[in-house]
Amino acid sequence: MLSVGQNILTDLPWGQLLVNGLALGSLYALTAFGIVLIFKTTQVITFAQGETAMFSTFVAFTLLTAFQLPFAVAFVLTMLFAGVFGALIERVVIRRISTTTVLNPVIVTVGLSLILLGAAGWIWGYEIRTFPGPVDGSPFRLGTVVVSQLNALIFAVTLVLMAALFGFFRFNPTGIAMRAVAENRTAAQLMGISIGRMNALGWGMGTAMGAVTGMLIAPINYLDPSMMGDVALKAFAAAVVGGLTSLPGAVVGGLLLGIVDSVVGFEVPELRNTIAFALIVLVLVVRPGGLLGRHETKKV
Amino acid sequence: MTMHWLRTRGRAAAPYGLGLAAVLVIPPVLGVIPGVAPGYVLYLVSLGLIYAVVAIGLGILIGHTGQISLGHAGFFAIGAYASALLTLRMGLPFVVAVLVAGSLSGAIGFLLGLPALRLSGPYLAVATLGFGLAIPQLVVWQGSWTGGSSGLHGLPLASLPLGAFTIVFRTDQDYYYLAAAVLIVLTIFARNIVTSHTGRAFVAIRDSEIAARAMGVDLVRYKTTAFALSALYAGIAGALYAHLLHGISPEDFTVLLSVDFLTMIVLGGLGSVGGALSGALLLTFLQNALTRLPVVHDFKNLYIVVLGAILILTIAFLPRGLAGVMRSVRQRWAARVRHDAPRVDQIVELGEGSGVR
Repeated sequence: MLSVGQNILTDLPWGQLLVNGLALGSLYALTAFGIVLIFKTTQVITFAQGETAMFSTFVAFTLLTAFQLPFAVAFVLTMLFAGVFGALIERVVIRRISTTTVLNPVIVTVGLSLILLGAAGWIWGYEIRTFPGPVDGSPFRLGTVVVSQLNALIFAVTLVLMAALFGFFRFNPTGIAMRAVAENRTAAQLMGISIGRMNALGWGMGTAMGAVTGMLIAPINYLDPSMMGDVALKAFAAAVVGGLTSLPGAVVGGLLLGIVDSVVGFEVPELRNTIAFALIVLVLVVRPGGLLGRHETKKV
Repeated sequence: MTMHWLRTRGRAAAPYGLGLAAVLVIPPVLGVIPGVAPGYVLYLVSLGLIYAVVAIGLGILIGHTGQISLGHAGFFAIGAYASALLTLRMGLPFVVAVLVAGSLSGAIGFLLGLPALRLSGPYLAVATLGFGLAIPQLVVWQGSWTGGSSGLHGLPLASLPLGAFTIVFRTDQDYYYLAAAVLIVLTIFARNIVTSHTGRAFVAIRDSEIAARAMGVDLVRYKTTAFALSALYAGIAGALYAHLLHGISPEDFTVLLSVDFLTMIVLGGLGSVGGALSGALLLTFLQNALTRLPVVHDFKNLYIVVLGAILILTIAFLPRGLAGVMRSVRQRWAARVRHDAPRVDQIVELGEGSGVR
């Protein structure tokens, strides 16, 4: 906390806050990316992203502790699980409800998140657990700034995933097909693309991204059914600030929010969510479609 | 003459008559049933009636105007805290505190309605979700005068000055009558709003903003009105809640409470005042019944799973909620008796064949 007589510009450890913020922001960006991916392909904004991530992280925890698997193996298996899990949710629940109104998907995904929350509490209990970290060792030092090995891993994973996804949507036929569905469903269908398959794929990929966030944030915070509550809100804020229709927007929004969060958390930790909310409203009032999003004009 | 009145006005007044009869009959009936603590049940009913006030307000916003809110626990909290602070710290009478708390919440609802003008669907859902999360945080942050995370306790008894003497609501039964009276007044008010030109403007906005604007509906005016109205309802309910429990803390106003409110109107049926009422009562009792099941030791768990299942199953199988079920039963019954065309006010009130877009 600042006390009287301190100078904000010089007395705050800006370099450290920036590094921590970028690490946190990478995690928000990954979750937000999942939300935007699902929104773009299926036109459904999911309020269950945090809870599917939490559930997957518990699966990873079981793989790590009960089966004693190495972290890398558990990581990949959990991503696969989350992918199948997401696709299954799309098949079993989302496909069955009418999405002609905006309210229906919101209500159904809120319902899903509650069920997952309760199910996780039932299966794994509510006690707070420590999640085994993927790396431990002495942190890297850059001058006065300390970068923990976990933060370095977070940067690496985020970069690799973003590059892989960028390549996938740019060069892979399936990735291009998914973009086509996001662009114009009817035209994509006429070109022979299976909308249902792309919807399931979108949900699967989005959920897997959430699982990655969960597994990387659990070693920092803790593991319990409500672990993703705050992260999911920040990810929403990031997705909305960046523009719900823009994948790069989600990344920019996530990093921005991470830095704001890190600085605000250092100064007034009680107001982290409030600032995130104020930021959403501010950005949306100025740019209703988000920073990088498209504001769609409705036609009659 | 009397017969004619009964057939026209009487039919419209019937639900109120039944409601009033139920309100008056419940306490004596509870006193007769063995093994029931009337005080506790009446406390529970009061809680349900207070939630019903929020649900009716939220129903006007979501069901009629088509604007989503996932943050109504925030308005509920504003009402509760405003009234608690006014009575505790400033010594204002209960009635004044409730009215000021409701107006304050309504004013903040109006302010939140302004950015909401530019937001639609999912964007609005996220923004209101953030609002609901921010309010308890602000309360904790300003702990020096709001009591922080330990909350405010020892609120004075509710009282109503009537000329020379004052009614003091001491027992659970007294408070139950107070909550019922407030609910009846606000239900009549809501039904009048919904069937007035304002209500028709709300429905027009829900069904198509562009068409509504083309017909000369002032979007700014009606959207902010809908937000302010629903916030006013939530604020008054919050004030009543604070004085029912005689104490509040930030933990009472979680996102889960906002989801409770949403579930009430979804289960009851969007766009129906009666549906909001029945959904609120049903959910309050369900929540309590689940805590009493001997098999379930972890209640929080089961309740949220049931809540989630209700939301999904209602949307999947009963998109018009309980009110829709009642309506189709009644129509089938009416069709068997005689062939009637639907009344005009029915169409306006229900928003024929439409949901939130």
